[in-house]
Amino acid sequence: MSGAMLYGFCSTVLVGLGLYGLIVHPELLRKILAFNLVGGGVFLLFGVIARRGAAIGFGGDPVPQALVITGLVVAFAATALAVALLLRLFQETGRAILQSDKLTDAPSDNSQP
Amino acid sequence: MAFDAGLAVLVLGVASWTIAARDTFAAVVGFVAYGLLLALIWVRLAAPDVALTEAAIGSGLTGGLLLGASTRLRRTESLAVGEKPAAALRAATIGLCILVSAGLAAIILLLPEPAPTLAALAAANLVATGLGNPVTAVLMAYRAIDTLLEVVVLLLSLLGVWSLTPDHLWGSLPSPHYRADSYETVTFVTQLLAPIGILVGIHIFWIGSVAPGGEFQGATILAAMWILTMLSGLVDAPAVNRRWLRLLLIIGPVVFAAIGLAGFAMAGAFLAYPTNHAKLLILIIEVPVTLSVAAMLTLLVAGPPERSSHR
Repeated sequence: MSGAMLYGFCSTVLVGLGLYGLIVHPELLRKILAFNLVGGGVFLLFGVIARRGAAIGFGGDPVPQALVITGLVVAFAATALAVALLLRLFQETGRAILQSDKLTDAPSDNSQP
Repeated sequence: MAFDAGLAVLVLGVASWTIAARDTFAAVVGFVAYGLLLALIWVRLAAPDVALTEAAIGSGLTGGLLLGASTRLRRTESLAVGEKPAAALRAATIGLCILVSAGLAAIILLLPEPAPTLAALAAANLVATGLGNPVTAVLMAYRAIDTLLEVVVLLLSLLGVWSLTPDHLWGSLPSPHYRADSYETVTFVTQLLAPIGILVGIHIFWIGSVAPGGEFQGATILAAMWILTMLSGLVDAPAVNRRWLRLLLIIGPVVFAAIGLAGFAMAGAFLAYPTNHAKLLILIIEVPVTLSVAAMLTLLVAGPPERSSHR
C-alpha cells in the first residue's frame, strides 16, 4: 500500500469521526468544530486523488490542489459566519446548546405548536 | 512509509481527542494541532501550496476564531452535561459513521487506474501564463472565475457577520479592546514580530508565481499580523463604517472583476488574458486582492461590532 492510499484511508476515518461528533455533541460550538474536522477529511481525500494524478514531473495534479486551497478559504468564511451566528444566539437567548426533544416538549412555557 | 503510518496514527489520535475531550477549549487546542498535522500530510502528498494554506487558515485563523468563541461560551458548557444523547442513539450513530467511512474507503479502492489527471494540460499552457507555479496558474488563469467567486464569498460572509450587529451598535468597533500596558510581554513580542511577519507575508505572496505560496497564504499572514497588533493593544480595531476600510475591502474584487470584463475586449472572453501580458495582468489583480483578502480575514476573526467607544 502506498503512502497516498494510507492517507486516503486516514481521511475516510476522519470523515467518520467528525460526523460522529457533529451528531452527538449538543453544544453548537462542538458541532462547528466537528464539521471542520469532516472538512479536513474531505479535503485530504481530494488531496489523495490529486496525488494519484502525479504526472510529467509534478508531484500531484495542480487542479484539485488549487480547488482545495479555494475550499479551505471558503470553509473558513463559513465557520466565521457560523461562529458569529452562534455568539449572537447566545447574546439573545443565553443558550448555546441544542436541547433534546424530551426537554423542550414537556414543561416548557412556550405555547408554540 | 513508517513515517507516513506514524503520522496517520497521530492525526487520527488528535482527531479523536478533538471529538472526545470534555472541555471545549481543550478540544479547540486539539483542532489546531490537527490542522498542523494535516499540513504535514499535505507536504507528504507533494502539495506544499495546500500545506501553507492549511497551516495558516485551516489551523491558525480557524483555531483562533474558535478559541475566542469557546472562551465566551465557557459558562454554558455545564448546561450541556445533561444533554448527552442516550447510549442507544450513540451506538446507532457509531454504526452510521462506520458505514460512511467504509463507503468512502470502498470508493478509494475502486478509483480508476491509471488515475485521470490534468497535470499535462496544466503544464502545457504554463508558458502562456508567464507563471512558474502550476497551482497559482490554476487559481489565477485557468480557473480564475473560481478565485473571483471565492473572494466574493469572503466578502458576503463578512457582510453576513456584520449584519448580526444590534442596531444601536452599528458603525462601532468590533472585538474587545485590549490595553497595551497590561500585556507588556505581548506588546514587546508584537513590536518585534509584526514587521518581520509583514515582510514574510509579502514574500510568500510574491514568491507564489514561481514557488509554493500565493495571495491567500500571504494575505493570511498579513491578517495574522493585523490581528496580533490588535490583540496586543498597539492598534485598535477599525470602526466598520470607515470609508478607507470599505475601499480596502472592495478594491480587490472590483479590480478582479474589471480586468475580467476587460478580457472580453482584449482576448474575447471573461477573465481571458492576452498572451503577452498575462503575468502583468495577474499581478495587477493579485496585489489589491491580497490586501482586500487580508482585511476580510482580519475582520471575520474580529466579528461584528460590539462596543461604541475606544475605551
